[in-house]
Amino acid sequence: MASRIEILNDGGFRSDGRKQYELRDISFDLSPQSSADGSASVSHGLTQVVVSVFGPREAKMRRETIHDRANINVEVNVAPFSAGERRRRGRGDKRILEFGSIIKSTFEPVIQTSLYPRSQIDIYVQILQQDGGVLQACVNATTLALASAGIPLLDFVCAVTGGVHSTSPLLDLTTLEENDVPHVTVAVMPRTGKVTLVTMETRLHVDRFEEIFRLACEAGKVLHKEMRAAVRERTGVLVAAIGAAPRGTSAGMDAGDRDVVMDERIDDY
Amino acid sequence: MITFTSFPSPPQTTAGHGRTKHHPAVEEDVAMDLDEDELSPGGSRLTCPGDSITSSQAFMRGHGTYVENEEVIASVAGTVERVNKLVTVRAIRTRYNPEVGDLVVGRITEVQPRRWKVDANSRQDAVLMLSSVNLPGGVQRRKLESDELQMRTFFEEGDLLVAEVQAFFSDGAMSLHTRSLKYGKLRNGQLVTIPPILVRRLKSHFITLPCGVDLILGLNGYIWISKHVKENDQEGEEGFDAEAVYSNQNDDIDDATRNAISRVANIIRVLAAHFVPLTDTILLEAYEWVMDQEIGTREILLEETSDFFVAAMTGSRD
Repeated sequence: MASRIEILNDGGFRSDGRKQYELRDISFDLSPQSSADGSASVSHGLTQVVVSVFGPREAKMRRETIHDRANINVEVNVAPFSAGERRRRGRGDKRILEFGSIIKSTFEPVIQTSLYPRSQIDIYVQILQQDGGVLQACVNATTLALASAGIPLLDFVCAVTGGVHSTSPLLDLTTLEENDVPHVTVAVMPRTGKVTLVTMETRLHVDRFEEIFRLACEAGKVLHKEMRAAVRERTGVLVAAIGAAPRGTSAGMDAGDRDVVMDERIDDY
Repeated sequence: MITFTSFPSPPQTTAGHGRTKHHPAVEEDVAMDLDEDELSPGGSRLTCPGDSITSSQAFMRGHGTYVENEEVIASVAGTVERVNKLVTVRAIRTRYNPEVGDLVVGRITEVQPRRWKVDANSRQDAVLMLSSVNLPGGVQRRKLESDELQMRTFFEEGDLLVAEVQAFFSDGAMSLHTRSLKYGKLRNGQLVTIPPILVRRLKSHFITLPCGVDLILGLNGYIWISKHVKENDQEGEEGFDAEAVYSNQNDDIDDATRNAISRVANIIRVLAAHFVPLTDTILLEAYEWVMDQEIGTREILLEETSDFFVAAMTGSRD
């Protein structure tokens, strides 16, 4: 298919000036939003997603409770102004429902749901801006929101989109590229290298699949470093805030503890 | 769950590990791999989900961890704590983990046969049995069928109450009781919700501030701020007055008290937004500081004022 835009020019640059394997700018914001137990805002280039996590809490619908583990409920909302063309999607939109169930099945093996029998974990996904890689942004934002809600996860889940232009693989596609190029989204758990999600809506040559798959897994590990740093920074800030506070009635106890530490030190010398 | 050190060590201690004492024989294999960059300013070790903490052969896994390939791995973001061989990770933000004897503030969500369901910020709604509330007509009175039929006259959906955790059901849901004159329905005030980790265990969770405001610090992060009631009004075994205890009518609250209640609520909101743990002393100090500086009730919430205020509060003891 002859496209109007050049996906990859002779110099090896893509339409937005990136190299083949270059990822877009990412930013993570873990500051709390409203009354959610955990929330995260993630942007990959111009794609922006906000996820709020509530729970584990009592299920609103009694029939949705599962007696031996928590139920995960994902609701996706696409802002009408998020894409180039203004369009309102209802709750019953099949594509949105599918999106929600993809996110749900991605996280079901990762969240330790068996720790919370008869509870429900609500994940509300808001897509604010779409410029390709919406699913990867949703998955990454959900991971961060779950981590900031203190919900036990086996590992981070890091997702990246990969595509192929004739024979040259590309990573982290924009909308322009997604429209022209066969692509696949891969979500990986970086510690073990296990993959919890592979999804394709276009046809991709089987010979190219392995290469792109491997590349996307590697890119996931790169993302993991950034996401982990973001969570660690946030945790550090909160721990420091708690630690820096004046100690009220517990001051006496701490002084006692400190003395013991000092004594041990002295013994060492 | 065993609770040992509620919060990370203060900045003065350099290594978090110095806090835990061990038998000399255990001392060596206790030396876990410790990277300097993994330490928070407070000296405790931070983890993220999926971080390997230590080998599972030498240690036992506790809350917030799991074992895979003979490694203990963290499953939440928080601080590592250890008692001898038991390694746990305390999540920095999480829902309330109930323990027997805890004081909680909750809201009735449902009325069921012989029980109420109570939202207490936990992972499941708590249960308040009809048999664990004080009914009019004496503590020893038998529960009658007529009581079951008029449960809504005691507690209705949406009512707030203060109660104590009595026991747990097999699925981990908690059972509450209000069989004390201190517990029961709440009125004359305002609810503020903060992360439960910020409410520390205190000698008493009923606090009276000199400005004529009563505070109930629920360990589940729900805080009730209300008009002060005189001691002798709420006491007296014989004077258990069902009308008053289960009344839905607020008393008259004068403007000064209303203002004080909102001021305390705003102080708590600001402290919680800056993740400062609440104690009775810090609340007293904070209220005095706000009054000294003549900051208006609304101005407390402004960003500059609140930053200044929190800096003054946290810096005052260093």
